[in-house]
Amino acid sequence: MPSPTPPDSQKPNDPIHSEAFLHTLMRRQLGLSVSCALTFIVALVALPLLNYYAPELMAKRVAGFTLTWLVLGVLFFPFVWAISFLFIRRSIALEEDEVKSVQPGTNPKQR
Amino acid sequence: MSTLLFLAAEATTAAAPAAKTAGVDPWILGFSLITVAVTIWMGFRSARTSKTASDFFVAGRSVSVGWNASAISGEYLSAASFMGIAGMVMANGYDVLWYPVCYACGYLFLLLFIAGPLRRFGAYTIPDFAEGRYDSPLFRKIAVCFVLFIGFVYTLPQMKGAGTTLAYIFPGMPYWGGVVLVGAVITLNVALGGMKGITLVQAFQYWIKMFAISLPVFVLMSVYGFYGTQLKVNEGRIPPSTVAPAAPAASVPAASVPASPTASQPAAELPRPLVAKAPPDATWIAPFGPLTTKAVKAAAAALPAAEQKQFLAEHQKPYSLLYTYSLIIALVCGTAGLPHILVRFYTNPDGAAAKRTTMWVMILIGVFYVFPPVFGVLGRNLMPDLYTGVGAKGTDKVVLELPTVLGGGKSVLGSILSGITCAGAFAAFMSTFSGLLVSMTGAFAHDVYGRILKPAATQEERLRMFKVGAVAIGAIAILLGSQVEQLQINFMVNQAFAIAASSYFPLLFMSVWWRGMTMKGAAAGMIGGGVCALVCTGTIILGDIGKLNLADFWAHHPLARILIEQPAIWTMPLAIFLMIVVSKATAKDIPSDIRMKMLVLHAPEQLGLKQEYIQEHQAGLGH
Repeated sequence: MPSPTPPDSQKPNDPIHSEAFLHTLMRRQLGLSVSCALTFIVALVALPLLNYYAPELMAKRVAGFTLTWLVLGVLFFPFVWAISFLFIRRSIALEEDEVKSVQPGTNPKQR
Repeated sequence: MSTLLFLAAEATTAAAPAAKTAGVDPWILGFSLITVAVTIWMGFRSARTSKTASDFFVAGRSVSVGWNASAISGEYLSAASFMGIAGMVMANGYDVLWYPVCYACGYLFLLLFIAGPLRRFGAYTIPDFAEGRYDSPLFRKIAVCFVLFIGFVYTLPQMKGAGTTLAYIFPGMPYWGGVVLVGAVITLNVALGGMKGITLVQAFQYWIKMFAISLPVFVLMSVYGFYGTQLKVNEGRIPPSTVAPAAPAASVPAASVPASPTASQPAAELPRPLVAKAPPDATWIAPFGPLTTKAVKAAAAALPAAEQKQFLAEHQKPYSLLYTYSLIIALVCGTAGLPHILVRFYTNPDGAAAKRTTMWVMILIGVFYVFPPVFGVLGRNLMPDLYTGVGAKGTDKVVLELPTVLGGGKSVLGSILSGITCAGAFAAFMSTFSGLLVSMTGAFAHDVYGRILKPAATQEERLRMFKVGAVAIGAIAILLGSQVEQLQINFMVNQAFAIAASSYFPLLFMSVWWRGMTMKGAAAGMIGGGVCALVCTGTIILGDIGKLNLADFWAHHPLARILIEQPAIWTMPLAIFLMIVVSKATAKDIPSDIRMKMLVLHAPEQLGLKQEYIQEHQAGLGH
């Protein structure tokens, strides 16, 4: 069970060291990471399944490529760039928000 | 400096006479020599500016995002990416596309789950992280072992790349000769240069590789037709109705089928008829082709003829789907667990820079990875003779040799372009081998020697150990590399990824996101998953190079062959399962300051928790 004894050296009213802060922090970060990862994983799992269950569709020719070759050999890369771009933007925003939430002095409007 | 250039030139030419220099193309030799010489020169030049141990280990921790992204990409794009993918696409077709895609996309996992927290935690190496997270010097030793395991498996394909390239440049040179020569040059370079030199060299080599893979593709496509046009050739060469997917490739009379008259290329050039050893078009271009169905086909061949058809109908597609998924897991998760890549995240100034670096790495390598499959596709149409070659003479050298088809093998342009791809190949195996060597030697000097054998070692002794270690590890890598001529470059890299995916990836992922992990849980999972994957790899490699006679066993157990050849689908879950179960059983051992550790891993760096943690930790140790 995750019930570690609180280290003795910490100030009781310090929001940074509170259990609640760590909990929200990890939840929000993991939530963001998992939602991005799921988008990616769905595509990764779906493509072999499409190849498996709809081979004729995936073998359709598009500009010489088979559809599945075009998707995997070319289009997959920009798709992943888009995910990572969104992730980085959101995760940097998330960190700024976290800093503001425990250091209200920097931006009082935030609390 | 000129002495060094001279030495390098002499080292290469010294080997040449023994190899009968008759067929050496001056352009190809020239470009390759320049790459080697510049690499060595840059290494030595920066060796003079890197003095302290910290410089040697992680480049003083101050490398800009652009440089670092190029350097990571340069180090990552190994012989497997540069030569292996093209060769394997040519040999096996569509299924191999998963390799470049997953090599590139594995970085997403690294970015999403690992890069930021790891950097915030601040440690030089993965073993540092392992020790810091669990306060356990014992666990550091276990983690170090895996740096070495994964490192050695990953050096094998680099050595194969070196042997193949030198055998191509110097026709007649034995495979092992190239391995020894290149291995020795790089080992010397690393022993004297350290990682500060390497960062610069790696970044430079990324751009060589990018240039070397893209330029010839553009020239070849402008002459013989675009990527899509080349793929279209594979539509009409064999009428689909005559292809029985159940039949072994050799029995299809591919060689006798005439070229498609509808192809829009110069009729005299294209497409050359396939040889009998080449897989037929219909299985090559479609998913679940020769790569993923090899085990089932071998099993079917061992059955009586009457049962073959039913056996294949029943098992072929499900088994290849299983193979595909296991391959994906190994490659995607393995990227996030490669020791020599992870160490570079510590050279970023902060966590946000580490994230931006990963973004750039994905773009840089993603762009690169579009090109090698094009070589494979072009090679199938333009140079089908390679299908008959074995070892260093097979499809693995398509990237090097393909440009020579321009002008019928006699044109200067073809030689120049072939010289450029050879230079790229040198950049590829030199940079990855250097990176691995630095990382393995770093683990050895920093961890095995500096922490375990002789904790009181002075700075000077540790630096000397770095050099000695580099030579020793380089020698072992050369010895192992000379044994694997029969194996495909890309396949061996795949094996290293499977081990990383079953050991480091679960360790990092679970340690960062689950506070209930204990040292015993982490160790049990990492050893359980990692050793299973390692044993599988060893079995497959020894079997395939003929040291173990397993062909009969594989023929009767195709499922076992797939699960051992691509173990990640069961070894990675096994590792995570062991971690959870053992951690739950030893929950009382959760480090007492786990909340603080988790805060350091996850809280934004602006809050300055790391300094606080270090102070507390030092005070704690003093008690």
